[in-house]
Amino acid sequence: MIATRDAYGEALAELGGENDKIVALDADLSGSTKTGVFAKKFPTRFFNMGIAEANMVGTAAGLASVGKIPFLSTFAIFAAGRGWEQIRQAVAYPKANVKIVATHGGITVGEDGGSHQSVEDIAIMRAIPNMTVIVPADGEETKGAIRAAAAYKGPVYVRLGRNKVANVFPAGHKFEIGKGCTVVEGTDLTFITTGLMTAQAVIAAEKLKAEGISARVVHIGTIKPLDKELVIQAAQETGAIVTAEEHSVIGGLGGAVAEVLAEECPTIMKRVGVHDRFGTSGKSDELLKYFGLNAETLIEEAREIVSRKK
Amino acid sequence: MKEKIADLEEKARRLRVSIVKTLHKSQSGHTGGSLSAIDMVCALYFHKMRHNPEEPSWDGRDRFVLSKGHAAPALYVTLAECGYFPAEDLMMLRRLGSHLQGHPDSKGTPGVDVCTGSLGQGLSMANGMALGLKLDGKENRVYAVLGDGELQEGQIWEAAMAAAHYKSDNLCALIDSNGLQIDGEVSKVMNVASISDKFKAFGWHVIEIDGHDMGQIVKALDEAETLKGAPTAIVAKTVKGKGVHLFENKASYHGVTPNDEELPEALRCLGCCD
Repeated sequence: MIATRDAYGEALAELGGENDKIVALDADLSGSTKTGVFAKKFPTRFFNMGIAEANMVGTAAGLASVGKIPFLSTFAIFAAGRGWEQIRQAVAYPKANVKIVATHGGITVGEDGGSHQSVEDIAIMRAIPNMTVIVPADGEETKGAIRAAAAYKGPVYVRLGRNKVANVFPAGHKFEIGKGCTVVEGTDLTFITTGLMTAQAVIAAEKLKAEGISARVVHIGTIKPLDKELVIQAAQETGAIVTAEEHSVIGGLGGAVAEVLAEECPTIMKRVGVHDRFGTSGKSDELLKYFGLNAETLIEEAREIVSRKK
Repeated sequence: MKEKIADLEEKARRLRVSIVKTLHKSQSGHTGGSLSAIDMVCALYFHKMRHNPEEPSWDGRDRFVLSKGHAAPALYVTLAECGYFPAEDLMMLRRLGSHLQGHPDSKGTPGVDVCTGSLGQGLSMANGMALGLKLDGKENRVYAVLGDGELQEGQIWEAAMAAAHYKSDNLCALIDSNGLQIDGEVSKVMNVASISDKFKAFGWHVIEIDGHDMGQIVKALDEAETLKGAPTAIVAKTVKGKGVHLFENKASYHGVTPNDEELPEALRCLGCCD
């Protein structure tokens, strides 16, 4: 188990040694976002911009325009929220080669409460043209995603979490932008999940097996561009979809999957996520339970949707 | 030197003519702010900056950021005059399919390095360029033209703080202080005075000039290059709509273009007989 932000810190520092065009920026959270690991190794290529996210985004765009590959990090609420219009204008519109790696996404920020829990960032990043949106499931996938983001020419938003998460993928797992991944095979329904919910879906699928329900688990590491083929295939083959994400059910993975299926393959579906509300203070595990972001909810939703199929 | 200044003045006059003609044709765009900034843009492209119109992405070029992106016509006529693209393109300003967008767009226009137009963001981009160039040990300089109304954006001051913090002496901001913004006088809408004192307080070198006196512009740009340890702000007092009395000092001419009746008089003011 490792937090995706820790995997990011490692991966970025490693990439920094391979490519001297890579630079990093942070807004006074380098210890938490783990850009500090890079900063320690490459002090001249690290820019602490202070508590000023808007300027950080613009500065990254300027660095990209002179050939650098900037990785900028802060908490998701500040990266996507405070920096939204700067990301749109200075990064996405010109297709600048800037990587926004936002940590502390979702409600597992925990005790800091609703002000700091970003449940909208995937939606608002996804709405911007030219933007690629990645939400890894675990540390291993994060490493691959950071490497893929560095190799890709253009804007990328990567959303990471604060806490240690269970491993879903084996060491050396290959990450490809835009490609989803069937983690568990199944025929009765499909959990289409992202981030830390994929591990929960794997647990749920295992438990459902005992009840005679065969649940497929499709992990979507890239929310945009979405792997439509894999989503449609799952809908066609299993006839029921349950999406799950540590994010609002509006505009994120659930929204993206619903858009595709409504147009291409209408299928009964349920969206597990945060239902149009803000977060609140509490311990991460308490909050996951409080918001129903766990295997138990997925099992309930699976039973319900499979019964509707009949 | 005197001859050089006279040449630049004549160049600026011709660019003004081009701005007026371009905006008359497009019937959409920002006249006042383009005419207030043009002398500085002219001095940058024809006196100060290292650049190569034959090779817009030449590695050895200095960088230019038009933070007040609505003055795009001033940049476009200058780039056309330099030869970055054919002058005929100007007649397509703001039209569907044209590379000359309403505000500068690096994706389509040769010689434009960043997208600007949403006010307050250009100085941050210039900052990033300056940091990147320094990191590579390059001596290239970065110039950003800002509006005075634009200084109301908080991001400008985040950028001002950061540029001084990183001692970006390869960065020079030119403030086109024409005193007017869409809703009226800058001092009445949201007073930004004293611009010089603010930049000084943020740790910048400050040079005050008359932004329409070509001699002063050239001198300030030359001096800025010698100032080390901090970025330089050239605070230029300008007149919105400068050169055409019909448009001068009129906030109402911010986003208005010359009409058919005004065109002959505007061109006459600019000493243009054709």
